[in-house]
Amino acid sequence: MADRRDMKVAVLSGKGGTGKTIVSVNLAAVAGTSVYIDCDVEEPNGHLFFKPVISSVEEVAVKIPVIDAAKCNGCRRCVDFCKFNALALIKNRPRVFAKMCHSCGGCMLLCPQKAISEQERTIGVIQRGTAGNVTVCTGELNIGEATGIPIIKRLLQLGAADVRCPVFIDCPPGSACTVMESIKDADYCLLVVEPTLFGIHNFRMVYELVRLFNKRCGVILNKCPAGGNPAEDFCVEHGITILSRIPFDHELGALSSEAKTAVWESERYRRQFALIYETLIQEVCHEAVAYS
Amino acid sequence: MKIAIPLEQKDLNASLCPSFGRAPYFLFYDSDTEEGEFVENSAATTPGGAGIRAAQIITDYDADIVLTPRCGENAAEVLNKADVAIYKSMSGTARENVTAFLAGELALLRDFHSGFHHGR
Ligand code: SF4
Ligand code: SF4
Repeated sequence: MADRRDMKVAVLSGKGGTGKTIVSVNLAAVAGTSVYIDCDVEEPNGHLFFKPVISSVEEVAVKIPVIDAAKCNGCRRCVDFCKFNALALIKNRPRVFAKMCHSCGGCMLLCPQKAISEQERTIGVIQRGTAGNVTVCTGELNIGEATGIPIIKRLLQLGAADVRCPVFIDCPPGSACTVMESIKDADYCLLVVEPTLFGIHNFRMVYELVRLFNKRCGVILNKCPAGGNPAEDFCVEHGITILSRIPFDHELGALSSEAKTAVWESERYRRQFALIYETLIQEVCHEAVAYS
Repeated sequence: MKIAIPLEQKDLNASLCPSFGRAPYFLFYDSDTEEGEFVENSAATTPGGAGIRAAQIITDYDADIVLTPRCGENAAEVLNKADVAIYKSMSGTARENVTAFLAGELALLRDFHSGFHHGR
C-alpha cells in the first residue's frame, strides 16, 4: 500500500484542455512539501503556473548510429532491421535519419562489418527548480524529435531522488507510449475528465490504458454543468470512483488563463483543493487523515 | 524511364493518394516498355517514418521519377539523394498523370512538408 508521505500520483486526461495541469499544479501546491513533474514534454506548461526558481538544468542526450562508409559493404541488414524507418539505403550506403531514431541500438549490434558506432545527440533539456514548498521538474523535447521517452525517464528518476514527499506526475495528454512511460511507477492514476460526449471517447481510451497497467484509478470530473453528465454515467457504469466534481467555474478559468496557481491566490480554492487532496490520500493510501 | 505514383487502388484509372508515405499502393510505370506494375506499400502501416520507408521502396524499384501531390521532407531527402526526381501531380487518374508528365506538362514539386511524428 502506498504511503501518503511518498505516494506517486499520475494525473491523466484523454485530451488536452480538460484542466489536467490545473488539477495537478493545485494539488501539488496544496500538498505542502511535494514534487511536481511535468511529463508533457512536448508542451510543458506547469512551470508557467509555478514560475519556479531554477536550480539546475541538464541536457538529455540519446545515442544515434554513425556509419563508417569505408567499412560498410551495403548489405542492408541495418536498414531492414530498423523498425522506426530511421535508416534508408541510398546508393548502397545507409543514411541515418537522426530524428526518427529511437536509439534501440539494434543496428549497431547486428552490423556484420562493425561499421556502425554511436554518437550522442541532445534531444531536449530538463529543468529543476522550486516554488514555495514544491520541487518543480520540467522536461522539454526539442521540436521534431521522434520521442520524448528518454526525457520522461530521466524526469521521473530526478523526481524520485528527492526527499520523501508526495509526487504529482502531470502526464502528456492522450494514450500514447509517452503516457505509458509516465504512469509506469505511479501508485495511483487520477483521470481528469471533461463531461462532454466528445470527452468520453478519449476518457475511455485512457481508462483502458490504466486498466492495462493494472493501476488503481479515480476520476475528477471537471467543468461540471448543473445536472447529470455523460462522463458521470460512464463512471457509474464501470464502477470507477469519482473523487471530486469541480463545477464549471469562470473565476478558476480566469485565474488559470493568467497562469496563476489558484490555491495560492484564494482561500476558497485552497479549501476546495485541500478537500480533493484529502479524498485522494484516503483513496490512495486507504487511511483517514486530518487535514486542514 | 520508370515512373512511380502513389495510388488509392490497383487501377490505372484510380486517382492518386494524397499522402505519399501512407499510399496503399504504388504504380511503377515503365514508359519504354509501356508496362505497369502495382506494388503494395508496406510502409503505409508502419507507425513512424512511413515517408522514408516508402521512398526506399521507390528506389528499390529503380524508379527515376515520382509523381505525387505531396511529399514529406524525409522522403524527399531519400529520393533526392538517390537521384529520383519528384514532380507535382495534377488532379485526375494515374493514366492522365503519366500522359501529362510525358507531354512535359508537370512541374517539379518544390515544397515539402515536415514530418508528422507519432508519440502524441
Ligand atoms: S549492416 Fe553494416 S555493413 Fe550492412 S549496410 Fe548496415 S552499416 Fe553497412
Ligand atoms: S538505433 Fe535502432 S532506431 Fe536507431 S537507427 Fe539503429 S535500429 Fe533504427
